[in-house]
Amino acid sequence: MTDIAIHAEDLGKQYRLGQHQDPYGRLSEVLYGTIRSALKARSQRHRGKDFWALRDVSFDIPVGAAVGIIGRNGAGKSTLLKILSRITWPTAGSATLQGRIASLLEVGTGFHPELSGTENVYMSGAVLGMRRAEIRRKFDEIVDFSGIDPIFLDTPVKRYSSGMQVRLGFAVAAHLESEILLIDEVLAVGDMEFQKRCLGKMDEVASGGRTILFVSHQLPMIASLCDHSLLMDGGRVVASGPTSEVIQRYQSGGGGNAASVAYPNEARRPGDGTLSLLAAWVENGAGEHCFEHALTDPVRLCVKYRVHERLDVTPQPSLHVTDNSGNYVFVTSPHGWADDLARMPGDYVAAVDIPGHFLNDGMYSVGVAVNHFKGGLQTAFFERGALSFNIVDRIEDNEMRAASRWGGRIPGVVRPLLRWQVEEAR
Amino acid sequence: MSARLPEPIVIRPGRGWLGLGARELLRYRDLGYFLVWRDLKVRYKQTAFGAAWAVLQPVLLMLVFTAFLGRIEGIGSAGIPYPLFALAGLVPWMLFSQSLNGASNSLVNNQNLVSKVYFPRLLLPIAAVASFLVDFLVAAVVLLIAMLIFGRVPPPTFLLVPLLGILAVTAALAVGLWLAAINVRYRDVKYAIPFVIQLWLFASPVAYSSELVPGQLRVVFLLNPMTGVIDAFRWASLGGPRPDVAIAASVAVTLAVLIGGIAYFRWFERTFADTI
Repeated sequence: MTDIAIHAEDLGKQYRLGQHQDPYGRLSEVLYGTIRSALKARSQRHRGKDFWALRDVSFDIPVGAAVGIIGRNGAGKSTLLKILSRITWPTAGSATLQGRIASLLEVGTGFHPELSGTENVYMSGAVLGMRRAEIRRKFDEIVDFSGIDPIFLDTPVKRYSSGMQVRLGFAVAAHLESEILLIDEVLAVGDMEFQKRCLGKMDEVASGGRTILFVSHQLPMIASLCDHSLLMDGGRVVASGPTSEVIQRYQSGGGGNAASVAYPNEARRPGDGTLSLLAAWVENGAGEHCFEHALTDPVRLCVKYRVHERLDVTPQPSLHVTDNSGNYVFVTSPHGWADDLARMPGDYVAAVDIPGHFLNDGMYSVGVAVNHFKGGLQTAFFERGALSFNIVDRIEDNEMRAASRWGGRIPGVVRPLLRWQVEEAR
Repeated sequence: MSARLPEPIVIRPGRGWLGLGARELLRYRDLGYFLVWRDLKVRYKQTAFGAAWAVLQPVLLMLVFTAFLGRIEGIGSAGIPYPLFALAGLVPWMLFSQSLNGASNSLVNNQNLVSKVYFPRLLLPIAAVASFLVDFLVAAVVLLIAMLIFGRVPPPTFLLVPLLGILAVTAALAVGLWLAAINVRYRDVKYAIPFVIQLWLFASPVAYSSELVPGQLRVVFLLNPMTGVIDAFRWASLGGPRPDVAIAASVAVTLAVLIGGIAYFRWFERTFADTI
């Protein structure tokens, strides 16, 4: 059994846009707003739009793991770290953290330009949660790590170069003793040599049994530091797993997706009241949920949905397969279904097999939809990019390619096994 | 091993009464110390007179008060030279007004900390007012010297001066907690504070004796916590009858505003980082 360092459950953070957007609110606006809303109907009061910066985020991070968080700007990565750092509070869900937390959301937190290098080491250390004695004990080590010549230590940091400030700031943070370290995009600054030293230190930290959550846009850095990663998009965790896989998914665009999705929470299920999506997944031949599939093997796509009421016509699931550039490969739906099938209230699983030797190697994304015909054609839900899977060309398993000694990718969206005839020309 | 594990930190939404968070404050006391220390270090940095400002401010105000108000018959107390009378009012007043200003702006002035790192937010206003106690002690020494110049031997009650400083600072903190929390959301506070402090100066017995306040205004006058602080400070340094009622009123009002201020501050604390 592994101990869990961070357990997040349905974390959500909502911001209200609109009237409250002005960061420097003025009392007059509020007074005016109060009078206005008192006069108007209650339903018109909240005209500001709600925006979920983070939604339904759940994960478990075992003690001692180094986990990367990747995703586009605005995907919710920093919001997540801010919540875990207790800087801001979630609107929904909960998180449980086991151990002392240190968070490093910027370099040189607590630095004051007028204070000297020495003074700022103490100040920053205290801000990050260190005790005075602890800082004193580690002071020499910190200065040493920063690589700053001790003759500058009595100079106000406002006279330091930005590189020196960063180095001193990181040196303090690197010496935090905490069980959990949360780091946001802080290494983007600083020269290469110092970045390497920081990575080395963080590696040391991670192998020392501490848990690290690391946000960065620098994927190679994530790859070198973190075994596992989370991919975020639109405030949600859309993929998690071994870093190489997650990075591949991220780089493949399409928002990045997992090989299986489930909607256990009824309130948040896609659907329209007649029909709703319970889960969808990608299976291999052995019936296991699986992201990676050999080119030679079949891939099974499954949709599990719930019919809430009796329907006259069988609802029609459909799957939309696109490649990693977003091009449609095909859309498929069942045909020839009997009309008495799958139209009573209940749960159903629709599955389709994509044969082996059909799709070329690469990453594919699957949109999941179900239409029904209650009052004309209705789309109960259409979750674009709900699933993704990766087709790999295992060269070593392919006799002909192994013999050809050519390892490059064969172009094309499909790679069908077609019957050839070769005969001597007359 | 499991005995060493601290209890888990649970993060969940919702507002509500959070209490004082005394344990957390205690855990971060070193940070409090460094915040005070930083404020002291930075306050008079790159100024020509440096820490002399702590002396100059009350002394210059005393000179102005003496030159313009000291001539008014009966404004001070019988038997006390007006310069001493004014200085004994100004020393606690300066402590109060600077602390109030510091506490009210403490969150906004430390935005970078509030939005980037976790610590008990109450530390900021507390540290802001605490740092002015040092200036206050310097000013109290100035008063002591002035008393000696005027040939007055400080009475034993002078030893109560630090205690009265703490009362003044607590009153400033009590009001400052409200204003600091409001300031996060409405920057009006920033502009209102100098004005409020000016009005408050006229409403406090700094330049005049509280004996001048007529009976019907007396109750309102006592609701001002600084009335009791300044009267007590004059009694402790210059003698006279002990203002028991004013002190009691000051302590009671301060405590009431402080408890409300802590509750208000803690209530909105969770939204500080989002709105600041």
